[in-house]
Amino acid sequence: MKYVDEYREQTKAAALSEKIREITPLDSHYKIMEICGGHTHTIYKYGIESYLPDNIHLVHGPGCPVCVIPLGRVDDAIAISLQDVIFTCFGDMIRVPGNKRSLGDAKAQGADVRIVYSPLDALHIAEQNPSRQVVFLAIGFETTAPATAIALKRAKAMRISNFSVFCNHVTIIPPLVAILDSENVEIDAFIGPGHVAAVTGSRIFAQITETYATPVVVSGFEPLDVLQSVYMLVKQFHEGVRKVENQYSRVVSYGGNPVALRVMEETMEVRPYFEWRGLGTISNSGLKINSEYADFDAENRFSIPGTEVKEPRACQCGQVLQGKIKPYECKVFGKACTPEKPIGTCMVSAEGACAAYYNYGRFMEINAKLVKSTK
Amino acid sequence: MYDRAMCLGIPGQITDVLDEHYAIVDVGGAKRKINTDLAGNGTLKSGEWLLIHVGFALAVIDEAEAKATLALLEEMEDVYTQELQALAESQVHQASDAEDTP
Ligand code: SF4
Repeated sequence: MKYVDEYREQTKAAALSEKIREITPLDSHYKIMEICGGHTHTIYKYGIESYLPDNIHLVHGPGCPVCVIPLGRVDDAIAISLQDVIFTCFGDMIRVPGNKRSLGDAKAQGADVRIVYSPLDALHIAEQNPSRQVVFLAIGFETTAPATAIALKRAKAMRISNFSVFCNHVTIIPPLVAILDSENVEIDAFIGPGHVAAVTGSRIFAQITETYATPVVVSGFEPLDVLQSVYMLVKQFHEGVRKVENQYSRVVSYGGNPVALRVMEETMEVRPYFEWRGLGTISNSGLKINSEYADFDAENRFSIPGTEVKEPRACQCGQVLQGKIKPYECKVFGKACTPEKPIGTCMVSAEGACAAYYNYGRFMEINAKLVKSTK
Repeated sequence: MYDRAMCLGIPGQITDVLDEHYAIVDVGGAKRKINTDLAGNGTLKSGEWLLIHVGFALAVIDEAEAKATLALLEEMEDVYTQELQALAESQVHQASDAEDTP
């Protein structure tokens, strides 16, 4: 297992950790936000924080697609699922709580809700059931939106008229801008989402460094990738520069995936505003199906309540998603809110900060000891 | 029921290029049909590795990257088995062929 050694060797991690400590300026605290839930998972699973000096703080961002879906949109999805349709969604959406219930509850009450792995699975179900309406609940950032775009294009080409998409795709830059603009949040740097950037290219983060002078390093998902990204950011602090760097050039290019960008452009358009769980309404942050594909837009085909629903008072996901508090600082964490019975979305998906911390937080001490023993 | 890690891609090796839209890939020993519209520009070849996300090849990756990602996923046990299970249950591989898209 040469590759494992290459990527995960403890001594390499310890060496990187040493280098980070050497150049981290001591005079202040640095808050580094990892945007993507995949990184959150890696950070907790491998106890990355235990490799960092005390004045570097990793906080979790809004990049877990399941976590940012607002209650109202879950209720809308449930409302569609109850209109005599086959309602399809990714597995992690089933347990996401809406105002009163989840899609899983709707299913238990008789709605035909089915888990699919791919939007093309949903399209296939539509082909097989020509007399029924089949709706796909589309969620995700730029990583997943091109897959939905291709399903739409195929539906149109194949004239599968009983297929439609309830589109909840979102884009990565607007929530970052919203976080940087909000009061009481000071983020010193971002670890950029590797697979979003595989589609968009690392170039889209330039507006963050240019407008806010906040460095971004696009990162891979290996523990050593994340550590190296932190090193690259600290080096920028040390040298007093602020730029976009790409640690994940194995997969991410400057310009992104041109086909993916093109199919999104051809099928979707930017919504003037979209609501995010915990972050409120953010302008130009959501994608909707464009007029050329309007026939496949579930929002045109079904009645949708579209009511805004207040978040439960106990839920502090909004603060977790903005890096204001750590998961364990939420009052209901691990008590009323667990992966089995989640109150907030951050506890539902494996990539949610609260679920990741709940599942792996206990490993952190063990990892910390490992690091010390390799020194 | 399973949860999936949405941001993680899963690597698979091409065993057969079916046409310009689909290829058969070997994912953890299982053969799956996946859509290739987003990767490779029609030049994919058997033996190449792809990063797969929701039934689509998102990027062509090299073998070292693929193996490292596989090792990472295997360590995440649940996430990996769930992803494999989801892929196994996927019906993409049965989807009929369409006219030219995109
Ligand atoms: S513990 Fe539960 S309610 Fe609190 S922030 Fe996390 S997911 Fe939200």
